[in-house]
Parts: sequence; structure tokens; C-alpha cells
Amino acid sequence: MLQVKEIDVYYGAIHALKKLSISVEQGSIVTLIGANGAGKTTTLKTISGLLHPRSGSMMYKNQDITQVNPEKIVGLGISQVPEGRRVFPSMSVLENLEMGAYLRKDKKQIAKDMDNVFERFPRLKERYKQMAGTLSGGEQQMLAIGRALMARPELLLMDEPSMGLAPLLVKEIFEIIKDINERGTTILLVEQNANMALSIADKAYVIETGEIVLHGSAQELMNSEQVKKAYLGG
Amino acid sequence: MQEFLQQMVNGLSLGAIYALIALGYTMVYGIIMLINFAHGDILMVGAYIGFFSVVVLGTNIFVAMAIAMIACAVLGVVIEKVAYRPLRNSTRIAALITAIGVSFFLEYTTIFFLTPNQRVYPAEAFPVTNYDVMGITLSSKDIFVFISAVVLMVILQYIIKRTKTGKAMRAVSLDKEAAMLMGISVDKTISITFAIGSALAAAAGVMIGVYYNSINPLMGIIPGLKAFVAAVLGGIGIIPGAMVGGFLMGILETLVSGYGSSLYRDAVAFGVLIIILLIKPTGLFGKNTGEKV
Repeated sequence: MLQVKEIDVYYGAIHALKKLSISVEQGSIVTLIGANGAGKTTTLKTISGLLHPRSGSMMYKNQDITQVNPEKIVGLGISQVPEGRRVFPSMSVLENLEMGAYLRKDKKQIAKDMDNVFERFPRLKERYKQMAGTLSGGEQQMLAIGRALMARPELLLMDEPSMGLAPLLVKEIFEIIKDINERGTTILLVEQNANMALSIADKAYVIETGEIVLHGSAQELMNSEQVKKAYLGG
Repeated sequence: MQEFLQQMVNGLSLGAIYALIALGYTMVYGIIMLINFAHGDILMVGAYIGFFSVVVLGTNIFVAMAIAMIACAVLGVVIEKVAYRPLRNSTRIAALITAIGVSFFLEYTTIFFLTPNQRVYPAEAFPVTNYDVMGITLSSKDIFVFISAVVLMVILQYIIKRTKTGKAMRAVSLDKEAAMLMGISVDKTISITFAIGSALAAAAGVMIGVYYNSINPLMGIIPGLKAFVAAVLGGIGIIPGAMVGGFLMGILETLVSGYGSSLYRDAVAFGVLIIILLIKPTGLFGKNTGEKV
């Protein structure tokens, strides 16, 4: 579904991604794990079109998206749940969700999807008029996920959805991710919580200072000594 | 008491004009953190377009205002595209200096083509009738200015709160990157913001033409500056703040000229600004968040 081939991405003079290649198959959960600053967020930003690679290519459903702008990327069916949730704080829960459906014109289907989001996250329904900035961290994460789903993505990019959440909530969020995937959305998940990420993923990549150093099935990586030592706490 | 009410009537008209101008400042600041110093000059261009539309095309004042608003909306979009967009990622001071440059450009281009002489809005453009309401003189000018300004502000409020475009404007001003991830075109949204802000300035320009009767190429400087102060007073970037700040400024000014001396009008207005900002540096409606993260 998505093939990223040997992309080089720079932040000014900093060479953030070095010949990075990953591929995401339709219907799967693929995870990208690595330490802080390894280039995980940069990878997702590049796929979303917020950054453009200096070399290399990105193909999505047989279409070249290497230099495509973010608004077109969303239209092609790729949405992102950004790092740190990034909900619009002084807009209501409802308005945040509406923004997720910004490019869509099918009003009836939007209303239906809104109901689905509220069904999935009843807490958001209770607070639909509340300003997003007044929600708790967990609720904001749910809103960020709901907002991304409102675009009806075929590929959902998730950047550290577990960040800053209590362990119980982390479990809940991962259940939700699994469920979204089971209902047909392909997922590329970026995580520092390697344990959790590997437990739900089909395939995994390990990134270190902008390079993929290891990849394989989630099972393989979970058993790899190298991964155990560096990311799974022994 | 009567004297006070009379001053309030005058203050409300003047304040409505300041509020309209302040809205443009605050909207542009909210979305790209730029104090658009050319904003007052867009007002002047609007006043001239309104003037020529009355004198040359023979339209009534409402049509003249509509024409001025549309033309200035286009002007605002062009200014943003040509002058500010290339500097989007440079320092804020560079954009600010450019805005001052645009301001001079508009002023002196107008002087070059239309001479620095003032022009008088024709009396037939807006027949003035004075009504006596319980001893207070209510001019049709006051009514015209106040009602058109309030109608425009209600429309603006509707656009921003209820329409998809308005919500996108708020989203972009809150978090550009997150807005892009929603599929919102930031460039388009910024253009729309300039269009709306400039249209409001044009309306204010025509109102000033009607209210004070005369226009000249440098007429935008002082109202622009005062509206900027009004926007800061209310909390720059905050829309209701600009409205309240504008009315406050107008009322204050007329009260000072009514009871004190019009010589002290501006000194007192700016003095109040300094005091309010000393107590509440983010303005009346500003939240104490420091820099937006």
C-alpha cells in the first residue's frame, strides 16, 4: 500500500532520515520503534507531506506522493494522529471532529461517522460542547484519534498515541488501535513503548539516528536479543 | 446627563468604526502573527473607491461600500501574496518592516495618482437628517455608521463561529501544522483572512468618508493606529477583544473631547492604554499564556 524508498530528509542542515525505506501492506499494523530523536516523527511528517525528502521516493497505492502537499495527502486517504495529540484547544470537541472531515462533502456519511466516533468514545459524546483544551490527556488522545478517523483514512499514521498516559489508558488506546485495524484501516504506528507496539503489530522496523537498523515480523523482533536489550528493558 | 448621552452616541459611532478596523488587525495577527501596518491604508483605499463609486458611477452609499469592500478584499489578498507570503518563514521583524513599506507604498501611490489634496464626499451621497430623541441629537450618519458596523460584525461572527471556512481560520490560527493534517490549505485560509479583514477596513473607510465628509491619502494613519491600540487593548488576536477595545477607544475619545479638551483626546486614550497594559499586559480578553506553544 505504501512504499517508502531510500528517502533522505533534512531539517535545515541536519540529516534527519538517511536512506530510509519502509513498506506498509494493506490491512496490516506496522510499527516503527526507536528512541527519542531517532527520526520516528520525522518519518510520519514526511509521509504526511509536512516535510519533503531531498531524494528517494514514496509510493502510495501506485501513486507517487514524494512531493505532494499535506492537504492532498489527506484527500488520498492518509490521516495522522500527531505526536502530543495537537487538538485545537479553544475549539469544541464537535468542531475538532468537524475539522477532521474538512475535505469531505458527503454530509450524511459525515454525520454517520460522527456517531460512530461517539459510539467508540462515549466520553467525547458527553463533552461534545466542551473546549478540547479542557479535556484530560486521555480524552484528548481519543479526540485526536476520532478526528483522524473523521477523514475516513485508509492508512492511519499514529505518532506515540501512548505518550503521557496512565498504564490503564495505554492498554485501552492499544485495544482501540487494534479494533480500528480490524475494521479495515491500515496502521503505521510510531512508538517508544516498544513492548505494547510489538504486541499488536504484524511487522516492525527499528530506527536509530535516522536509519532503519532492523526489521522483520513483530514476533521476530520481540525475540531478537538486540531489541530486547535496547527497547524491551532486558 | 443629556450631555453624557450625547457623547455616548458619538462615541458609539466612532467606536464602531475603530472596532471594524481593529478586527482586521487582530484577525491577521491571530493567523500569521503579523501587525499589518498597511491596514490603515487599505481603509484609505476603500474610502477612495467608495468616493469614486459615488461620484463617477453614481451609486448610492451602500453599493459604494460593497464595491469598496470587494475591491479591498482583492487588494488585501494581493498584498499578502506579493509582500508577506515570501517572508512567511523569515523573522517577524522582516515582515513588520515590509508592512511599513507596503503602507508607504499605498499612501504615496495614491498621492502620486490622486494628488495629496483632500476630497469631499458629496452631500447627496448621504443626505444627513438630524433627529431629536429626548433632547439628544441623533444624526442619520450615526445611525448609518453604527448599524452597518454592527451588521458587519454579526456577519463576521457568524462566519467565524458557524461556517466551515471560519472554523478552518480558527484551526489555522491555533495550530498550522495540525490544520494541514486535516487537509486545510493554510495559504488559502490566510488569503481569506486578509480578504475579510481588508473588506472590513474598506467599510470603515467609507464610513469615515461619510462621517467626517472628507478623505485624503494619509487619512488611514491615525484611525489605523488607534484601531491597532484598540486591538491590543482587547487582547491582540482575540476577536471579541477587538470589538470591545474599539468601542472603548471611541467612547473614551469622545468623552475626553466632550468634557475635557479635544487637545488631550489622544493623550488620554493612549494613557488609558498604558495603564490597562500595565495591569493586564495581554489585554482585556487576553489569556496569560505567554507565547503560544
